Formats: sequence, C-alpha cells, structure tokens
Amino acid sequence: MITKRIIPCLDVRDGRVVKGVNFGGLQDVSSPVELAKFYSDNGADELVFYDITASSDGRKLFTEILTETAANVFIPLTVGGGINTVEDFDRVLKCGADKVSVNSGAIRNPELIREAARLYGDQCVVLSVDIKRVDGVFRVFAKGGRENTGMEAIEWIRRCVGMGAGEIVVNSIDTDGVKGGFDLEMLEAVCRVADVPVIASGGAGKIGDFITLFNTLPKVDAGLAASIFHFGEVKIPDLKAQMAKANIPTRL
Amino acid sequence: MIAIVDYGVGNLFSLKSSFAAIGVGAMVTNDPMVLCGADKIILPGVGAFEDAARKLRESGLDVVIKQLAADGKPLMGICLGMQMLFEKSFEYGEHEGLGLIKGAVKPIADVIPEDLKIPHIGWNALKFKGDSPLFSKIREGDCVYFVHSFYAADCEESVIATAEYGAELTAAVAKDNVYGCQFHPEKSGAVGLNILRAFAEL
Repeated sequence: MITKRIIPCLDVRDGRVVKGVNFGGLQDVSSPVELAKFYSDNGADELVFYDITASSDGRKLFTEILTETAANVFIPLTVGGGINTVEDFDRVLKCGADKVSVNSGAIRNPELIREAARLYGDQCVVLSVDIKRVDGVFRVFAKGGRENTGMEAIEWIRRCVGMGAGEIVVNSIDTDGVKGGFDLEMLEAVCRVADVPVIASGGAGKIGDFITLFNTLPKVDAGLAASIFHFGEVKIPDLKAQMAKANIPTRL
Repeated sequence: MIAIVDYGVGNLFSLKSSFAAIGVGAMVTNDPMVLCGADKIILPGVGAFEDAARKLRESGLDVVIKQLAADGKPLMGICLGMQMLFEKSFEYGEHEGLGLIKGAVKPIADVIPEDLKIPHIGWNALKFKGDSPLFSKIREGDCVYFVHSFYAADCEESVIATAEYGAELTAAVAKDNVYGCQFHPEKSGAVGLNILRAFAEL
C-alpha cells in the first residue's frame, strides 16, 4: 500500500528559506541545503523548493542551491516558482528536480501543461493552485494569491488534469497561515474531480490536523506545510509515529 | 568503477550523486570502451518505452550491453531501464526490449482496481521473494519510491521483490548477473542508497 506523504515546503528567496503568513511578512529561517538534508534525514517523504525570487541573479542562485541540494538529498524534489516555459522545466530538471510545479505560468498559458507532459511525462508536471472562496465559490488566484483570476477552481483543475497535470497541490488561501487545520471542504471538492494524486496545503498547525486530513479524506495523498516544520512546532518523526499509530499508511 | 549508461534518456544527475554519496566511483558514459572497462553497469531510463528503446538501439549500446551481460558483468536496470531488460513491452503498441529477462511489460491498469490512481507514485513497502544479495543491507517492509504506469509481468521466476498496490506489482527482478528495480533507489533515501551499495559490492 502506498504511504501518505509528508512534504515540507521551502520558499527560497536570494538563497535563503523564507515563509510568509497569509503570503505576507517574510522571515528568514535557514540555509535551504542544510534544511533539506535535515528533513531528508528526519523522515520527509519529498521536498518542495519554491523559488520566490524575481531577479535573474536570484534565479541563478536558486538553481545553484537546487543543484547542491540534489547532490546531497536523495528523496524526490519538486520545484516551483517562475515556471513559465518548457525551458524553465528543462532548467530545473537538469539541476536534479524530479517534478516541476506550475501555477501562474499555467494560468497565463495552459498549453504549457500539455507541452511539458508530452516532453517529460504526466508524473513530472505538478499543478499548484491557490484557491480562495469568493462569494461562496472556489476561485483561482494568481501572483502568489494576490490576484483573482475569476476562474472557477474545480473546473480549472479538471481541465489541467485532462491536459496532463500528474499531481495537484491545493493551497487554500482561506486557511493558509491560520493553523486551524487543512481546508477539508475544498480538498474534498478537488478529490471528486481529480484522479491524480492530491496534495493538501495550507492550514496545518498541529499533528492532529494531518491525522484528521488523512482519516477524513482517504483520497488525499500528501500533506504539505512549511513554517510549522521549519520552526519545529511539528516534528516530522513525531507526526509520522502518530500517523502510524492511527493506522494511516506511513513510511517510518 | 560503475558505468551509468547515457543514451539520451532522462536526467542522470541524481544517480551519479547517489554513488558519490556512498563513496563509489561512477561515471556517466555512452562510450562502449568505458562500458567494457567498467566493473558494473547501470541502465537508467525515464519516459516512454518506445522512445527509449529506439534511442538505445540507435546508439548501438544495446548490442554492447547484451554482450557484457552475457559475459557475466553485473548489470542493473532502473525504472524504465528495468523494463528494457525484458523481452517486450505493451506500452502504447508492442515494442522489443533487450530480452535479458523473460517477461513482458504491461499496463498496471490491467491488474489493479479501478479506484486506484495511475501512475503508482509514492513510497511503497518491499515484499521480498527469496533471498537476493541486492537486499543484503535493507529489511523487508522498507519503503522505496515508485513512479510508473507499466509493470513487468510473466516473469515470476525472476521476481525478487513486489509492492502491493491493489495487486502484487513487480518491484525488483534478478536473473544471474542481471538485476532490475522498478523503483528509484536514487530517490529512496537511506534504503535506496543501501541497495546501490549492495549492488556496488556484488
């Protein structure tokens, strides 16, 4: 039986790991390479590196850090941030990424998904979606959660899966940074239309939130979080021990 | 020295780094002379079978690999590289493989319940069949990382490990000096590195 994955997310800017609360107020945490090694040694099942750099200098630094991480960490690496073209896919895959996550790039040009899936396989293409309720409807937000695209989120996900997205990261802006638990209602709606792995993101504050997630929605494949792992509020070995105790398939 | 066959399929960076991490000399190469001089050979691969098999044929390395395997040199295929070891694949048509191990590659969809997702992606536990030196440094039940939509079938006598995903899927095979892992040891943390170490010490 496939195990439920626990995925720390590292937002990287100018070579350092940062984490925003509700996408604002960035705080420096640690060296990405050291943090990645730490997580890999402590039971993380996968890592997400998110490049939040805007400058080309920063981008170069990011690929250097990615290369160094991939040379030292032997679990799957997903890379996102600033992925707009297949050349961007190529750039990060050459540095040792296993999967590439697209968000705004796919909103601007949905064909990017089809093209990348054809070149690198569905399993390589991760669709990341920032979703927020607007008047009771799940809407897709772009630009790091700042801009309402007006697109209905569930339909957008269905369309992207049809084009070859092999995995979906559902990031609920409504619960992100609040630490009150994952957005179960939103995730359930996504699970109903997505026959590819679904990764829950946004809202985890404690171990119990992950247990509730996997027990309530068995179709969710993974839980992703950032600051609670970075600041040690949730320790991955403890989390996984509790998951195993709750009979959730877990890699120990 | 271990030679990692470069025939234009997939990224070999992680594989090369894995051997570096365990202190084993490894070289990415498409040079038949280097393959002949190597102690062992790794045949990697990601993507589609037809494309990979064609590239391997066009490189001429298929003949070299078959000869070296016949001469007794340890060879390990990884993921699609493992699937290439078989006689044929039914991935979008019917394609010929290296034929080093008896069996055929078929869609997972044929054998798993409909409600399970495809590809089989993520960490899954290994169930051993028999006693293989490849697993001398790991334990039954250890998890490794899989990403695949096709699996090796009709190869019962060569299976050394399976993974349960609605069916017992072939996870690893061995026949004499030829080994294959459906999963990615280079992405399977400490367990994966221990499998590569065991291969290096064969």
